[in-house]
Amino acid sequence: MSDTVIHVPTMQEKIAKGETPDILFWVGCSGSFDDRAKKITKAIVKILNHVGANFAVLGVEESCTGDPAKRAGNEFLFQMQAFQNITILNGYDVKKIVTGCPHCFNTIKNEYPELGGKYEVIHHTELVQQLINEGKLKVEGGAYKGKKIVFHDPCYLGRANNVYEAPREVIQKLDAELVEMKRSKANGLCCGAGGAQMFKEAENGTKEVNVERAEEALSQNPDVIAVGCPFCNTMMTDGVKHFNKEEQTKVLDVAELIANANDL
Amino acid sequence: MISSIIFTVVFIISGTFFFVNAKKIKRNILLGKNISIQDNKKERIKTMLLVAFGQKKMFNRPIPAILHLFLYVAFVITQIELIEIIFDGITGSHRAFRPALGSFYTFMVSLIEILSVLAFIGTIAFLARRNLLKVPRLVKNELNGWPKLDANLILIAEIVLICFIFMMNGADEVLYSKGLSHATDLNDNTFNFSISKYIGPLLYGGMPDAGLHMIERIGWWGHFSMVVAFLNYLPFSKHLHIILAFPNTYFSNLKSKGNFTNLFEVTDVVKPNFDTAYQPLLDPNAAIKFGVKDVTDLTWKNLLDAYSCTECGRCTSVCPQNMTGKTLSPRKIMMDTRDRLVEVGKNIDANKGTFVDDGKSLLGDYTSSEEIWACNTCNACVQECPINIDPLSIIVGMRQQLVLEQSSAPTELNGMFSNLENNGAPWQFSPADRANWINEN
Repeated sequence: MSDTVIHVPTMQEKIAKGETPDILFWVGCSGSFDDRAKKITKAIVKILNHVGANFAVLGVEESCTGDPAKRAGNEFLFQMQAFQNITILNGYDVKKIVTGCPHCFNTIKNEYPELGGKYEVIHHTELVQQLINEGKLKVEGGAYKGKKIVFHDPCYLGRANNVYEAPREVIQKLDAELVEMKRSKANGLCCGAGGAQMFKEAENGTKEVNVERAEEALSQNPDVIAVGCPFCNTMMTDGVKHFNKEEQTKVLDVAELIANANDL
Repeated sequence: MISSIIFTVVFIISGTFFFVNAKKIKRNILLGKNISIQDNKKERIKTMLLVAFGQKKMFNRPIPAILHLFLYVAFVITQIELIEIIFDGITGSHRAFRPALGSFYTFMVSLIEILSVLAFIGTIAFLARRNLLKVPRLVKNELNGWPKLDANLILIAEIVLICFIFMMNGADEVLYSKGLSHATDLNDNTFNFSISKYIGPLLYGGMPDAGLHMIERIGWWGHFSMVVAFLNYLPFSKHLHIILAFPNTYFSNLKSKGNFTNLFEVTDVVKPNFDTAYQPLLDPNAAIKFGVKDVTDLTWKNLLDAYSCTECGRCTSVCPQNMTGKTLSPRKIMMDTRDRLVEVGKNIDANKGTFVDDGKSLLGDYTSSEEIWACNTCNACVQECPINIDPLSIIVGMRQQLVLEQSSAPTELNGMFSNLENNGAPWQFSPADRANWINEN
């Protein structure tokens, strides 16, 4: 992947130029601040630029959707964040949002409408699927041709919103061997991060959830564990390290697979 | 004549008893907060037909699903025979429907007999799964004591009931062939029921006539008594699911599982900060409680969930936290909720219709905060429940209580909250740096 500086317009810049972006790319906190997740963000941006999408980000005007606060029971903090974001989004008359994180996706899609934020919201794997189906994005296997890839369903994309096929269809376009874990799709096992667990130590038990899940994924001997969520990415990466398998098995986001395969 | 009177009296008393206890359950469920679930009737009926009547979600695990199907179908179809038993019992007739229904009668009883044999096999298998094979989800800690006994009692009662059916039909078959049955003689020499025409002569063929009459009566009264006993046992048992699975699936959540309810009492306070035209609807001086401390803070649907739960433990078996040794068990959340609700109900009964504070609550005395904080909110439990019970909304309600009322979130989560409040991100990064990634290599 080339690491040249990329151009990412902000909503403010676009509006100042009198342009109206078709898509708002909601980056999310992980995608903005976490070094590993920033690479996923860039992969998404590269795909958007590659297809010449008319998009923008909120930049410093973006703030946490409030998801971790809500799942942790802090409804006040959640709604403060929600109303603040909705005010900004509605101010820009945003119609369509693509998110880089299933938690942002779920919150904006399901919980914002009642508070006045009604948008068409899609996850980035759905965007990639759409771009491929519309013929705007051609995908060739490249480095992943024939490789064994196992997809880990993020809970807030899968069970929470019934998006199971988009990431799988995209992976299959890479001419890779897509394998399934025993617990997949609606029966998928959480990576251990959801419900604000990402931000606290686990309760006393016999095992970490991410170790349990990584063990299951590694039992397929995959070349790649594909994920669609920055939190799953962290948890699965740690889990793979736990088994000292980071040389054999890479944990990559679906967007990174596409960007890498197309040498973007 | 005497037996008709005894039958009628037992029938009326047991029916009244059940009615009284069913009303108590309804009252207890309605102790929950009032929410309106009136939308989408068509979709709701479809869900009920597929999930409860059609057992759709059971078939994710085929072996218990087939065994359960035997019991379920046998139970439903056997109720048809009960109509005749009640009629015979009250009027003193015997197999009153046989002359009029003819071959259809033979078909129905034959079907019931075949289903009874299948149910017998299913019941034995279920007893073995619990007590010999010790299927992990059926021997977890939260089942120790009464729940385990409750489960075994139901299965044993099922076996006894089936034995009574075959005593009744088997002995009557032998009597009929001898022209001694009290059933109207249609000059056909046999009832020709699928199973009892073989096992009747086999078991009772050599018996004296008086013994045959006695076996037949024990079977008949035994069958009726088991039904009556079972009906009155239901309100105190996890087996209530055979009734409540239907309303519970009808009223189940049709929204995306990730869509957690936005608390209106919070919206009413927060919204004016962003929308100056908004007029708060709630009285600012009224005491508002946030989250779930006790069962009365839950919605009636949560409480219906609790009474509907049959403690199968599929939820707990797929819980990522439970399978990694944490104390959280979604099944226990449901059992705790029901146990506490029953306790609150008894308190109300003992205090002439009003609840007298007993210093206890669901959160703290039944469910611990350790259990509540372990949850991943991954919805695996909700997905897995064969009758669409939602333990997650109870867990989140208790988290709201711990955070908003008791300020007792784990320290790290309080750190996350303050980061979010100050920086707009769950970590300690400056909001001004949020777009730095754009220009980084």
